[in-house]
Amino acid sequence: MRVGVLALQGDVREHTRALERLGVSAPQVRLPEDLVNLDALVIPGGESTAIARLLEVSGLREDLAIRLHEGLPAFGTCAGLILLAEQILDGRSDQWSFACLDVTVRRNGYGRQTASFEAMVQLHDSVVVPGVFIRAPRITKVGADVEVLATHDHGDGPHAVLVKQGMVWGCSFHPELTEDLTIHRMFVESVEALR
Amino acid sequence: MVQEKIATAQVKRGLADMLRGGVIMDVVNPEQAKIAEDAGAVAVMALERVPSDIRRDGGVARMSDPQMIREIQASVTIPVMAKARIGHFAEAQILQALDVDYIDESEVLTPADEANHIDKWPFTVPFVCGATNLGEALRRIAEGACLIRSKGEAGTGNIVEAVRHLRMIRQQIAQIQAADAGEIYAMAKNLAAPLDLVREIAATGKLPVPLFCAGGISTPADASLVMQMGAEAVFVGSGIFKSSDPELMAKAIVEATAHFNNAEIVAKVSTGLGAAMKGFETSTLEQRFAERGW
Repeated sequence: MRVGVLALQGDVREHTRALERLGVSAPQVRLPEDLVNLDALVIPGGESTAIARLLEVSGLREDLAIRLHEGLPAFGTCAGLILLAEQILDGRSDQWSFACLDVTVRRNGYGRQTASFEAMVQLHDSVVVPGVFIRAPRITKVGADVEVLATHDHGDGPHAVLVKQGMVWGCSFHPELTEDLTIHRMFVESVEALR
Repeated sequence: MVQEKIATAQVKRGLADMLRGGVIMDVVNPEQAKIAEDAGAVAVMALERVPSDIRRDGGVARMSDPQMIREIQASVTIPVMAKARIGHFAEAQILQALDVDYIDESEVLTPADEANHIDKWPFTVPFVCGATNLGEALRRIAEGACLIRSKGEAGTGNIVEAVRHLRMIRQQIAQIQAADAGEIYAMAKNLAAPLDLVREIAATGKLPVPLFCAGGISTPADASLVMQMGAEAVFVGSGIFKSSDPELMAKAIVEATAHFNNAEIVAKVSTGLGAAMKGFETSTLEQRFAERGW
């Protein structure tokens, strides 16, 4: 199985390592030709505005939009979630996204860097995984077709922090920064089930 | 509510990880900050004068006016960094109160303490510090720095010092890796670095925090050069807003940093940029910023 990692900017190395630890080939994607023969794509953490600009100038924006709407499975963390989300609050006035995950996210929705935090995040079946939230986007609205896979209580009740719609997954935090492979394994297994 | 931990090493180093592969640009006002964000900068460094102007003007260079930092924070969505003088923990406390995203304890400003850098551990905001060699980098990490950058020679537009510093750090890491267990003690002593950090380098072959490049980057080719030499992101100070077409130069350096290994793309973005900043030959400098700090 080949799960590409969008390698324009951000914590590409950590996602690559997590995928390779699961025995998955993880080629880097920088140009449109790198999209061939992929079973899925990971969009890493980083700065969403910088990645968006690099997607435009590399020519990847159009090609990737087509692949995503054709059903290419995708998993975005932090900036990657923003790039997949249907609606973005507190972004740049011209901020665009692939809009293939029906959630609303608020950029830096938990605050600036001084408010960045770690917490154990609640998965289904009372499984918990470590969550690292760095200037993280906060999911403020979830569409009817979106499944909530994990929640976190930031002091105002549990809210979604890991979601999926069909084969598009988005995560507010950074599972790739920890040694815990649970979430990457869940995504990889769901891609494997399609084959 | 689930227990949350702020200001952990993971959270502080994590922001630096998110900046990898990107360009952090010096800006002196909200207009420049917007140009930087439009061009795809991953963060901006808010300061009153870019290093080449500090070099030209002389005098004491201090932390920037909080008003200016606030205006820049309000104008962009990307992280905003700001500089404090070496050892000036009160300036750092002010920058933390302003909620900046990273503090650069910077040799570009006039040092406030000749013996001590800031104790960076008690701060919630993470720190980046400059280094010219591995010992210096490890001393800063021991003090709590979460990101190391080469010092280079800021404000010169000349990449030669940054190249020297990156090569030095890389060579010293290779020497530690080649050493046997009995040689580590003398190496730590010679580097004037903590033994546990030297041992960690022997085991991992890299710094425990990201390594970025700063000081003298003024063209897309410069960015490609230092990225190929192992820098994980670049700081550009005077190189953008002292060039003849800052918007074009900013975009070009962002693309060259992302595609540093693709000479065709670097060639394309290097074409028709106009004049890069004029720059200085470093052997003629009266003041070497890189000699500040230890």
